Amino acid sequence: MDYTSVIYAVLSMGGIGLFFAIMLALADKKLKVEEDPRVAQIEELLPGANCGACGLPGCAACADAMVKGDVLATACPVCSEESQHSIAKLLGVEVEKGERNVAVVLCQGGHSNVVQRADYEGVATCLGISLVSGGDKACEYGCLGKGDCVEACQFDAIYIGEEGLPIVDREKCTGCGACATVCPRNIIEMHPVSHHVFVLCKNHDKGADARKVCKTACIGCSICVKNDASGGFKIDNFLATVDHEKYGSTMELPTDKCPTNAIVAVGYNDEK
Amino acid sequence: MNLIIIFLSAAIINNYVLVQFLGICPFVGVSKKVGPALSMGMATTFVMTLSASVAWLINHYILSSKTGLGLEFLQIVAFILVIASLVQLVEMFIKKMSKPLYDALGIFLPLITTNCAIMGVALNLVTKEYGFIESVVFGTSAGIGFTIAIVLMAGIREELELADVPKYFKGAPITMIIAGCLALAFMGFAGMI
Repeated sequence: MDYTSVIYAVLSMGGIGLFFAIMLALADKKLKVEEDPRVAQIEELLPGANCGACGLPGCAACADAMVKGDVLATACPVCSEESQHSIAKLLGVEVEKGERNVAVVLCQGGHSNVVQRADYEGVATCLGISLVSGGDKACEYGCLGKGDCVEACQFDAIYIGEEGLPIVDREKCTGCGACATVCPRNIIEMHPVSHHVFVLCKNHDKGADARKVCKTACIGCSICVKNDASGGFKIDNFLATVDHEKYGSTMELPTDKCPTNAIVAVGYNDEK
Repeated sequence: MNLIIIFLSAAIINNYVLVQFLGICPFVGVSKKVGPALSMGMATTFVMTLSASVAWLINHYILSSKTGLGLEFLQIVAFILVIASLVQLVEMFIKKMSKPLYDALGIFLPLITTNCAIMGVALNLVTKEYGFIESVVFGTSAGIGFTIAIVLMAGIREELELADVPKYFKGAPITMIIAGCLALAFMGFAGMI
């Protein structure tokens, strides 16, 4: 057996490897760029998963942006509070806790309120049901109740209640927004925990049509707009919306005359 | 004359992206805007030229059975080593020389390592038995071909932002369709040489 080619192979590959290794080592010395040492330190503290949750391409870019001041020290939503504090310390800033967001389910179309127009038998997910000619409920805007949001929640903060609608545990909710992302109907929105008054409907149909499919639909009658002094309520395409900057954090409803009780103070019970 | 034919062949007629379908990853990944696409093309051209010349040297003096030690079976491993080291070198160089370009290329600069068009150039110049000068021209023109393809694509995609694309064709599907159309257009050059 001829071993020469084996020896040649090992030697030549080893030689090439060594050559490039030395070249790179030299280049590293020669072409070294003086960097802010904090960038490397912060990069150590970041998870290093390059997940992109901060909106930047990778942890190195995030660390760089933190040092430059383009993003906050808390820009990484993945890393622990501890490392966030250490990063803030490195940057010489204080961690300011912004107000916590919680998920709000903007639909009241449970079993007793909404008209059921068909029986659905198939893949038991909201996404699946939403693909089949608009779902089994007559309302084409409302919650489908199959619990994709429950599946998505990592913190057991959302569950399907008796009415077949998801209920958010405002204590447990971390505001990650996973449920809002998976909801095929975009019923779930993230709002600051101090906001309480919401229009729990997303139906943009005309009043009569909306009323036909759900007892608690917003029919766009604008009673709330007329009775609300703050000017926070607005009717947009047959649906009332609240602007909390104007309406504030109060739990008081703008009016008790909402004909369908679509306007509700969310989180009223658990803080009373 | 021979060099001109090599240039035309590598850059246009046998365009690495649109005719041989190599290097599709950066072709789709960095073709959202013309600016970064152009710098990606430049960086790739640079690495291709360098790696083509180094690959020729290594092949000629070490791997080839005629002029070297007869280690052809190590081609792929050796070329991977060459390309990976060169990309590292280029990355350090660009970081030192032009920080804005480094930032613009971002994650795609290290990704040149895994650009199979570069590997394709290195392997092709061996099978075509080019000389050193021919190899360098081959590498450069393959890089220019890559740049042409990626810039064309980026230009079309910039225009596409304003177009009324049907809902289900938005994003990746329409990109694939356009890449297909471009490839069809480049098929028109086939047989010129």
